[in-house]
Amino acid sequence: MTARPVENLTLADLLLPASLLVGLSIFSLMQMDILSLKPAEAYRGPQTIVVAPHAYEYRLPGDFQMDGVPVNGTLQQAEAGPIEVMLHQVTLADYHECVSRGACDAAEPVIRSARADVPVTGVSFDDAMDYAQWLSERTGDTWRLPTVAEWIFIAGDRAVDHAVDAVTDADNPAERWIATYEQEASRAVPADARPQPSGFFGANDMGVMDIAGNVWEWTATCANRTTLAPDGSTASVVESCGIRYLEGRHLTPMSVFVRDSRSGGCSIGAAPDNLGFRLVREPRSWLRLPF
Amino acid sequence: MEDHDDINLGRRNLMAGVALAGVFGTVLASVPASAEDAGVVTGPAPDLSTLPRVKVDLVAPPGVHAHDQIAVGGPKVVEFTLTIEEKPLVIDDLGTTVHAMTFNGSVPGPLMVVHEGDYVELTLINPDTNMLQHNIDFHSATGALGGGGLTLVNPGEQVKLRFKATRPGTFVYHCAPGGPMIPWHVVSGMNGAIMVLPRDGLNDGHGKPLHYDRIFYIGEQDFYIPKDADGNFKTYESAGDAYSDMLEVMKTLTPTHEVFNGAAGALTGENAMTANVGETILVVHSQANRDTRPHLIGGHGDYVWNTGKFRNAPEVDLETWHIPGGAAGAMLYTFLQPGIYAYVNHNLIEAVELGATAHFKVEGEWNDDLMTQVQAPSPIA
Ligand SMILES: [Cu+2]
Repeated sequence: MTARPVENLTLADLLLPASLLVGLSIFSLMQMDILSLKPAEAYRGPQTIVVAPHAYEYRLPGDFQMDGVPVNGTLQQAEAGPIEVMLHQVTLADYHECVSRGACDAAEPVIRSARADVPVTGVSFDDAMDYAQWLSERTGDTWRLPTVAEWIFIAGDRAVDHAVDAVTDADNPAERWIATYEQEASRAVPADARPQPSGFFGANDMGVMDIAGNVWEWTATCANRTTLAPDGSTASVVESCGIRYLEGRHLTPMSVFVRDSRSGGCSIGAAPDNLGFRLVREPRSWLRLPF
Repeated sequence: MEDHDDINLGRRNLMAGVALAGVFGTVLASVPASAEDAGVVTGPAPDLSTLPRVKVDLVAPPGVHAHDQIAVGGPKVVEFTLTIEEKPLVIDDLGTTVHAMTFNGSVPGPLMVVHEGDYVELTLINPDTNMLQHNIDFHSATGALGGGGLTLVNPGEQVKLRFKATRPGTFVYHCAPGGPMIPWHVVSGMNGAIMVLPRDGLNDGHGKPLHYDRIFYIGEQDFYIPKDADGNFKTYESAGDAYSDMLEVMKTLTPTHEVFNGAAGALTGENAMTANVGETILVVHSQANRDTRPHLIGGHGDYVWNTGKFRNAPEVDLETWHIPGGAAGAMLYTFLQPGIYAYVNHNLIEAVELGATAHFKVEGEWNDDLMTQVQAPSPIA
């Protein structure tokens, strides 16, 4: 294969109604400004959904090794919830409000969308933290990025186990590299990296929208390298919080200031199409949790 | 005429003896080349009706059609057909689309392989579904602008060109319909390569024959896509609509995309090239317009003809090699370790940001002697 054929939907189809959409999005942003003039309590932030308590399993993120050989992270059985989380990823319109108030830096999307109801992309971990702080001040609630474990809980049936299905051969490190490469290649949907309107990728079994579409989500979890003792217990952990994990179709560590990582190159693995995020809301109090 | 036939017969006999390959190489290296040695035969052509004819079905890159590395028998007339296809091509995962001009539908066009002394007989077809006039300029051919002067065809026409492959090496071919159309057609994808092998196969310049187990053809393409006011790549109704905007970007000499085989990611992931430890690969790499500097990350160029011409001894043990724009180079390498190798343009901005990256997936046994991780990453003691 030398090049992908054109799909039915071309950029032209999106650009033609661009002027209309720009008008609409400006209108919707104005509406938000009007909303913001109301008392702070009136704005509670983007729409959320409460994921009910349930048992789930997840694999500890990190670079794990045993006997000097890379191994899969330990599989954990857990129970969690309820967790209140944004129904959609933070949108361009949501994020623009923070930018317009000088609390967030402008996003650097690879493609500038003519519509405001797409997830914000081209945002770093630092940008996500700024937005969370601004939204928390704005609403009086505590908003924060989920951890990897929480994200997997929220992701439900869309969560992807990043374990490599390969026997690690101490004599041949290349086997694991090749297995990882093949796995990521087979998961890479030969799709379009252009951000799509919120809801495009549908709901998971928990009702949360757009999990594992083409926008990866920043998590609060720091990158780590964990060395396991022969009995499986942890011998050492080195954390690097300048690098955080993104979740999506695969787990990816990324420096906190990076806004775009689509490019391939020497790092062999598959790269996220776009970097975005969604936040969880801490319960205000027991009484107010439901709404 | 008689004399000429005799000479040809003599050459054929000489070339047919594989055992003589080394001797022949030595002679070439030590004696100033006469016209005949150079393969530049002047005078009347031999009676081509007596030569065997072979019809080759071309294969889309990075594949290469089946061929003998050492010529069997004497010169042949080798028939190829290229059909020109103007078509939209998506060149990245953002849906960026170019109105490509292609030989046989692929960017680059397919690699043709013949032997020195063979006659290349090309049928060039410009179907009436196309909009533009095209032709073909073979850098391996002599005269008439590489054949460009004899092959200009309008939509709905076809033309047949025959030229003698007199110089062994890898050579670019491209469309060159005149004036500003030339660079525009070339950076719209209309280029490819031909490999003219020495009749006795490749050698290291010191008489040692070289052989490959697998061959890959990589065509590197610079694209110049205009952007709108928001900074997004523009899409046009037709090639003609895009022309003037694209010309402006072309004149900046700064490509927006620099890709292998027509699209970013065309040779990675599921499309990664494969080989095994112990196998020798030949990579033919062309860039019809712009300099490039290939590099195999984690490997080397065992033997590299960076300008692609096989009567020059290859350089050995290279880390990075330079292929001038408008040329095709060749690199021979034997894989010594398993793993994933990235084959890049080692202007790493072009490799990583603009798309000039391919991958090889190589299976086999790890060689600890060549490399080992003495201590796994661990807390600083
Ligand atoms: Cu042309």
